[in-house]
Amino acid sequence: MLEIKNLHVSLEEEDKEILKGVDLTVEAGKVHAIMGPNGSGKSTLSYVLSGKDGYEVTAGEAMMGGEDLLDMEAEERAAAGLFLAFQYPVEIPGVGNMTFLRTAVNSQRKARGEEEMSAAEFLKVIRAKAKTLKIDADMLKRPVNVGFSGGEKKRNEILQMAMLEPTMCILDETDSGLDVDAMKLVAEGVNALRDEGRGFLVITHYQRLLDHIKPDVVHIMANGRIVKTGGPELALEVEQNGYADILAEVA
Amino acid sequence: MAAPQPKLDPLAARLEGLSLPKGAAWATDAREAALGRLTAMGLPTKRDEYWKYTDPSSLTQAGAPKATLFDTGEAPLFDAVDRLKLVFVDGVFDAALSDSFDLEGVEIEQISDAMSHDIHWAKDVYGVLEADGQNPVERPLAALNTAFAAEGVAIRVTGDVSKPINFVYLHRNETSDAMLHHVIRVEKDAKLTLLENGPAAARFSKSMEVDIADGAEFHHVRAQGRDHERRASTHIFTRLGERSVFKSFTLTVNGVLTRNEAVIDIRGDNAVAHIAGAALGDGATGDFHHDDTVFITHDAQHCESRQVFKKVLRNGATGVFQGKILVKPDAQKTDGYQLSQSLLLDDDSIFQAKPELEIYADDVVCSHGSTTGAIDEEALFYLRSRGVPEGPATDLLVLAFLAEAIDEIEDESLREDILARLEGWLERHGS
Repeated sequence: MLEIKNLHVSLEEEDKEILKGVDLTVEAGKVHAIMGPNGSGKSTLSYVLSGKDGYEVTAGEAMMGGEDLLDMEAEERAAAGLFLAFQYPVEIPGVGNMTFLRTAVNSQRKARGEEEMSAAEFLKVIRAKAKTLKIDADMLKRPVNVGFSGGEKKRNEILQMAMLEPTMCILDETDSGLDVDAMKLVAEGVNALRDEGRGFLVITHYQRLLDHIKPDVVHIMANGRIVKTGGPELALEVEQNGYADILAEVA
Repeated sequence: MAAPQPKLDPLAARLEGLSLPKGAAWATDAREAALGRLTAMGLPTKRDEYWKYTDPSSLTQAGAPKATLFDTGEAPLFDAVDRLKLVFVDGVFDAALSDSFDLEGVEIEQISDAMSHDIHWAKDVYGVLEADGQNPVERPLAALNTAFAAEGVAIRVTGDVSKPINFVYLHRNETSDAMLHHVIRVEKDAKLTLLENGPAAARFSKSMEVDIADGAEFHHVRAQGRDHERRASTHIFTRLGERSVFKSFTLTVNGVLTRNEAVIDIRGDNAVAHIAGAALGDGATGDFHHDDTVFITHDAQHCESRQVFKKVLRNGATGVFQGKILVKPDAQKTDGYQLSQSLLLDDDSIFQAKPELEIYADDVVCSHGSTTGAIDEEALFYLRSRGVPEGPATDLLVLAFLAEAIDEIEDESLREDILARLEGWLERHGS
């Protein structure tokens, strides 16, 4: 599904290398988790994959479904099936949540040469999906993320994911700022989307999210590289001993 | 060597070929008085404080610069609205294209007819509100209009009029130099919605005096636009009685020069005055300069005024806002709000704003804000990461930026009409 080879990335503004040779393959149907200390490059990886400006790829490649991701505009990556759930979802005053989602769904459909979803059909689908995420009609009407609580913002991200039905989902610290109940709700939303044809890359600091979204593979990222890969037990090890032992071991 | 030609005085040059229209004695008096004001003030120049950001020379020169016609292929605005339509072609009333003046609760006359009667209500309005509005800021172009405009209508509203009146301004002649003057009186507890649309002329001077009596309401939605080279100088002078309501919205697209002045005089307690504008300019399709100049005087208690002006500028387009709220000593409990914002889509475009508050009462709430900004890159990336291409994503953010001004239009179907116009413009000027 997603194949990253020897990816080197620097900040455009300053000559600072953030990713220093990332190798990572996420297969369809699998959930991969990336854990790592602050500043290890986890969020940069998610931004570079989703096409944010400000980063320069100096070496390596990232392929998705056989296509060169790095050669595509952000919107083309989205239409090709990539989705990033933001760590800090952006507030857009003046744009209704519903209008935003319908524009997004139909932009992707148009880009793929599919028929656009009618207003009636869209309404039916979004109502059903919003209900399972406990998103009420008022949240759908309000401007995108404006005045939403931290938990509401993250639920709104998962709603977008559910509506857009991407094949490769990246969740960037989706657990940050969530209490236990909100985390459960979000995790349920993610689990409902787990599917043979869909890959997940879950970026997190803490093991607790992985109690709810059970990963198949866990990677430890440090200093711009994947330094260790293992099964779910690796996350437990981090939870108990912190990163120091692992980092010392690979140093 | 030939002797140099004596230089003609600019005012004399501007007035050459113009003559005061004939009418009843009071009408002639009003026009002569306006000519007197104009002569005393002289024409505006860039040296005048309120013309610092806008060059008036193409409005004051002798002839109208040419403006080619531009066909967007869109259906005429407000076509689907049930309305009474009054059509002016290059500033001349066209009875054949217009609806009959019969409408319950309202008396409509051409201004030339109204001003030929010895006794007429228009005597208390024509040139009267304009003369009041000359102080403390001079508005010579309005005096010029009062003196020489031969076209326009007089409307007296006595009831709750069942449908809007729509002034449609067609532009057919590439060098037309049009002057219109409307007078409107909304009598006690009566209510009118007025719509205006069309490019009007190569050069358009329009003045509208609106006298709103106690408990009366005047709603106004205007769309000026289309022809890239057109020029317009417009004035609204209004006077508000007790508990009366004035609400005005203007959409401006295209136009090499537009100056919209509004002079709002709140005289009666508990009155409400809202004025809003959305302007879109793209220098790629011709020079664009848009100027909103507003002066609101609070001279009564418990009144509310609200100004919301938004401008979207790209490719070297220029926007100007000069807005003033004057609160007189007895105007306690005034609630004044003023917002002027621009969205600059590139580094070439310019927005100049001069917000002013002058407050002599001590128990008032007045706030104002003026901002200039670019597209929010974070929001743009968020939209693109969801699959919305850059162009449509930018358009969505532009519409979001304008929403607060558009929302000032109370009638939902009129708001939809204006939105459709906006979307059409954005499509033609794709990001």
